[in-house]
Amino acid sequence: MVTPAIELIDLRKSFGPVEAVRGVNLRIEQGELVAILGPNGAGKTTCINMMLGLRRPTTGTATLFGIPPQDRRARSRCGVMLQESGLLGQLRVRELVDLFGSYYPHPMTPGRAIAIAGLQDHSNVQASKLSTGQRQRLYFALAVCGDPEAIFLDEPTVGMDVEARRTFLDVIREFGASGKTIVLTTHYLEEADELAERIVVFNQGRLIADATPTELKSQVAGKRISFSTSTPMFEPYLAGLEVVSMEREADRVRLLSSEPEEVLWRLHQCGVDVRDLEVSGVNLEDAFISLTSHRTQEAS
Amino acid sequence: MSIGELRFDVAPLPRMIWKQTRAQLLNTLRIPAFSLTTAVLPIMFFAFFGLPYVHQALPNSSITVGPYLMASFGAFAVSSAMVSNFGIGVAVARGQKIDLLQRATPLPPAVAIAANVVNAVFFAFFSLLALFVFASIAGGVTLDIGTWLNLIFRLLAGAAPLIGLGMAIGYAAGPNSAVAVANLIYLPMSFASGLFIPVAQLPSFIQKVAPYLPTYHYGQIAWNAVGAPSESMETAVIWLSVWTVVLFGLALRFFRLDQNRKFS
Repeated sequence: MVTPAIELIDLRKSFGPVEAVRGVNLRIEQGELVAILGPNGAGKTTCINMMLGLRRPTTGTATLFGIPPQDRRARSRCGVMLQESGLLGQLRVRELVDLFGSYYPHPMTPGRAIAIAGLQDHSNVQASKLSTGQRQRLYFALAVCGDPEAIFLDEPTVGMDVEARRTFLDVIREFGASGKTIVLTTHYLEEADELAERIVVFNQGRLIADATPTELKSQVAGKRISFSTSTPMFEPYLAGLEVVSMEREADRVRLLSSEPEEVLWRLHQCGVDVRDLEVSGVNLEDAFISLTSHRTQEAS
Repeated sequence: MSIGELRFDVAPLPRMIWKQTRAQLLNTLRIPAFSLTTAVLPIMFFAFFGLPYVHQALPNSSITVGPYLMASFGAFAVSSAMVSNFGIGVAVARGQKIDLLQRATPLPPAVAIAANVVNAVFFAFFSLLALFVFASIAGGVTLDIGTWLNLIFRLLAGAAPLIGLGMAIGYAAGPNSAVAVANLIYLPMSFASGLFIPVAQLPSFIQKVAPYLPTYHYGQIAWNAVGAPSESMETAVIWLSVWTVVLFGLALRFFRLDQNRKFS
């Protein structure tokens, strides 16, 4: 059997009384592109930190390529982009890439790593003078410069504007196409949908779903209903119906339900005026809301 | 792509040590406020406290005040380079979370620390050199080449307890308080050890405390090199060794506390 890139067995982590990760089993094969998705505080970062040996599990085990993640040989096969970290800020882009390359046994040339990250025009700029988007690209260059087999990206696009995020995702996608294992955490659903072949959903320290984006969407039987209304309080009319989420912004209402026909019938019966009605299939965000809200109800 | 068989290897250490040392050195050199202060402060103090009296005879000895104070301020220069490089440098690096990403790479933490030691020694060496050049040009204080080399060697080799002190401060203090904490500890300590004004001229209660301080014995190995010690070399070395063990023990404790907070 081929050694998995990452294997987590009944992984748990408590910080004092707080259980951040509550028994996670996960196996990621070499060459997979996996997105770990979840709301803030779901345990994504704690989990990544345990995969990387930056945090010690309270119980359970984490291995990288079959060996403990603290092992230098395991780290020599991994590139990492963390959420909050710093660099020797007075060094230039090229100098930093060259430095990080020296940590790895078979680094690529600094020029190639810089080109992959799209920083060719900034290779002589000091790290402290880069913009947020450029700094994230630098961190990406540092993650890939050792030509590792696996890269870990913890919320890589946080703080980027739309344009920067788009080009950055292209960069990641291109890199993933070369057969590398990529694990990224994000709370942007479209990012996971666009990039990953496999999505692992975390909520409250547990793994609650593990599927392809398409499967994940199909797991939620239901429709997204949106309409405009002038009726101020119609929510009580829907009592007893399966409504997963409902948002109202001025007179525009968006709700997610597995019984869309019933909902529309009830609204009609109760005399709620409904204009500009739209009924559509669920997107990944709906699936995500549905998944996490069900589990929350179960847990409480 | 065939990925059935795993190949495990690691980067060669010498190249890593060389690049890490060079990178940290470059980074520090590009902050002149930091690198220049280390060299300028001892020269300034020497000019204030020493320059007017360099040709007077030193009481109870065969030498003049010049070489004596050059040894004193040499000791001060090296100790401030060590304490600021480690104390302030490490605390600032922790504050900026430079250690966090490094920790996730295959770089062994010991290599980054070794690079820090080389850097501190480098800065200490150049601030010593600057002081000697200033003293000989502005004050006409000269030693024979052997004494000069001996002084440099002793000051660098004997600085171990001060590296320990710097590391202890660096791992205990926050990035904003490190400068204040470092100054508050080693400035009074240097003063009380007779590095600015000879111990014999200090108030009597300070004279009683001085022989317990690491910088006092550190000063002794320098004064011994220019021929004006007030204790034997053996005594000084034993005291410095004990202080090295104590201060590194303290540094290790703070280092572990810091690591446990972040990585357990």
